[in-house]
Amino acid sequence: MSHIVVDGEPLPFTEGQTIAAALVAAGRVAWRTTRINQRPRGVFCGIGVCFDCLVTIDGIGGQRACLVPARPDMTVTTEEGDDE
Amino acid sequence: MSELLDLVVVGAGPAGMAAAAAAAAGGLRVVLVDSGTAVGGQFWRHPPEHARSAIPTKDLHHGLRQYRTLCDALAAGQAAGRLELRLAHHVWSVVRDGDGFAIHMVDRRDAPREAATILRAPRICVATGAYDRQLPFPGWDLPGVLTIGGLQALLKGGGVAAGSRVVLGGTGPFLLPVAAGLAARGVQVVTVCEAARPTGWLRHPGPLLRNPGKWLEAAGYAAALARHRIPIRPRTAIISAEGGARVTSVRIASLTSDGRPRPATERRIDVDAVGVGWGFVPQLDLLIPLGCALTTSADGNSVIAVDGGQRTSVTGVYVAGEACGVGGAALAVSEGRLAAESILADIGAPPVLGRQRLAAVRAAVASQRAFGRALGLAHPVPPAWSSWLTDDTVVCRCEEVSAATVRSACSDGGAQDHRQVKQLTRAGMGWCQGRMCGPAVHCLTSHERAYTPAERIVATPVTLGALARLDEQPSTSHE
Ligand SMILES: Cc1cc2nc3c(=O)[nH]c(=O)nc-3n(C[C@H](O)[C@H](O)[C@H](O)COP(=O)(O)OP(=O)(O)OC[C@H]3O[C@@H](n4cnc5c(N)ncnc54)[C@H](O)[C@@H]3O)c2cc1C
Ligand code: FES
Repeated sequence: MSHIVVDGEPLPFTEGQTIAAALVAAGRVAWRTTRINQRPRGVFCGIGVCFDCLVTIDGIGGQRACLVPARPDMTVTTEEGDDE
Repeated sequence: MSELLDLVVVGAGPAGMAAAAAAAAGGLRVVLVDSGTAVGGQFWRHPPEHARSAIPTKDLHHGLRQYRTLCDALAAGQAAGRLELRLAHHVWSVVRDGDGFAIHMVDRRDAPREAATILRAPRICVATGAYDRQLPFPGWDLPGVLTIGGLQALLKGGGVAAGSRVVLGGTGPFLLPVAAGLAARGVQVVTVCEAARPTGWLRHPGPLLRNPGKWLEAAGYAAALARHRIPIRPRTAIISAEGGARVTSVRIASLTSDGRPRPATERRIDVDAVGVGWGFVPQLDLLIPLGCALTTSADGNSVIAVDGGQRTSVTGVYVAGEACGVGGAALAVSEGRLAAESILADIGAPPVLGRQRLAAVRAAVASQRAFGRALGLAHPVPPAWSSWLTDDTVVCRCEEVSAATVRSACSDGGAQDHRQVKQLTRAGMGWCQGRMCGPAVHCLTSHERAYTPAERIVATPVTLGALARLDEQPSTSHE
């Protein structure tokens, strides 16, 4: 099985899954904390509309995890996607 | 493809697939653009082509025969050199350009890297669909609470279920396929809370009777739900969710006729995921800035006004599918066909459909629209839904604006609509640009009028870097 690297840890995914789907498959529904009230957030709309699922991918911030297909060795960092 | 395009279709859901396939069959040079990684839109959402064996989703779908027919028609257009499919291209703006339009896109095939490109075409057909309408409730921002569309998208697109014990709530027939799909993947769907009265349909039985296909589809889901022993509770809503790092329970209550929780009917149910949806909000981002006239649909949304041939008030702009009113995938396909016929007629090209077939498509659109209207009336947003909000319920998820803040913007600040609330409170000013909270803030401020989203300059965030690289691009990009 292929892997992406999330916050330094390998995470398996099935070819064709988005980063959000890979995280959800591993039992994670939250991976980010909100700016003001420090609330946990992850996937909500699943189709790119709500921007709850923001992550940094290969160093590029503000990416919607529910839209970007996982590719082998992609590096994902959470917690950094909320600064406009 | 050649420099001279006849048509760009935005959105490869049921409506856009049908429009592009028919236009190419009619001899036009067409580019079909979609931000996703496969054609099919929301209804026929699939994993990307190369991953279909790893993520089987066939059993979750309806109407796959029509999907395949449309895929074959698109492939025929491609083989004939008349149709180009651009997946992973997100259109962020359409502007007038001479006699036609400039369609600005970001190419995200190599995401997270992106590149900006522009297409120019004398006419466009916008088929951008809709997304789930949400009403806030205490705890709706807890991890594990998803839109029902989100649950469905993860299931159909990624083969994953977001929980193992789920309660669904909201209103509308879309709750049923989501419940059936989750159950088919082994998820325990404890109950489905439908806020509407089952008798709502009886006030408008005609459209239901004239659309036997809908009966069959609904009966199929009802049978699936019965098989999995999933109860549907009418006039019931999820009024709060509790948990910490993840949702652990919901409270459901039966509703009075205006939608208030009935005293002493509350029940707590343990869950690890929740799905909510209150119908849909049409995706109008590209169309409002073009100045397309709006009309009010029965579900309380503003939608794009179209004539009998899917023409908008702006010459050269055609709309098909949910952007001109929600009515299901079959309606979207019929409208796509009709839009293509109008485009051919307006150019003076011969039609694809014969007189009789065209009349049949028009009749189908009329009866499916009537069904859509009846759907909107039978599944309204409950007038008193806001009675289940607490002062600290988050209304705007992005800017974390509470119900109390929105209310005081109205009572003390004098805000009369969601735009004024946004200026006073920042609700709707965050990343999602009010797509999630807009309908709810609208309901909290003005009950009478239809919801019209704020004008958004860009339909998707684009990096300045991608735009900077655009400079030397030819006016129509080649691939
Ligand atoms: C998440 C979700 C799941 C759904 N699942 C079901 C279901 O299982 N069963 C059911 O009966 N109904 C479902 N529906 C209802 C469904 O929307 C309609 O029945 C049907 O799909 C409408 O077809 P359409 O062609 O109008 O729009 P859609 O199917 O929504 O297609 C619109 C397409 O446009 C693309 N798009 C939008 N904006 C842009 C842009 N700016 N640039 C490029 N591309 C763009 C989207 O990626 C999408 O592929 C769902 C709705 C949603 C929101
Ligand atoms: S979950 Fe809503 S944008 Fe990704």
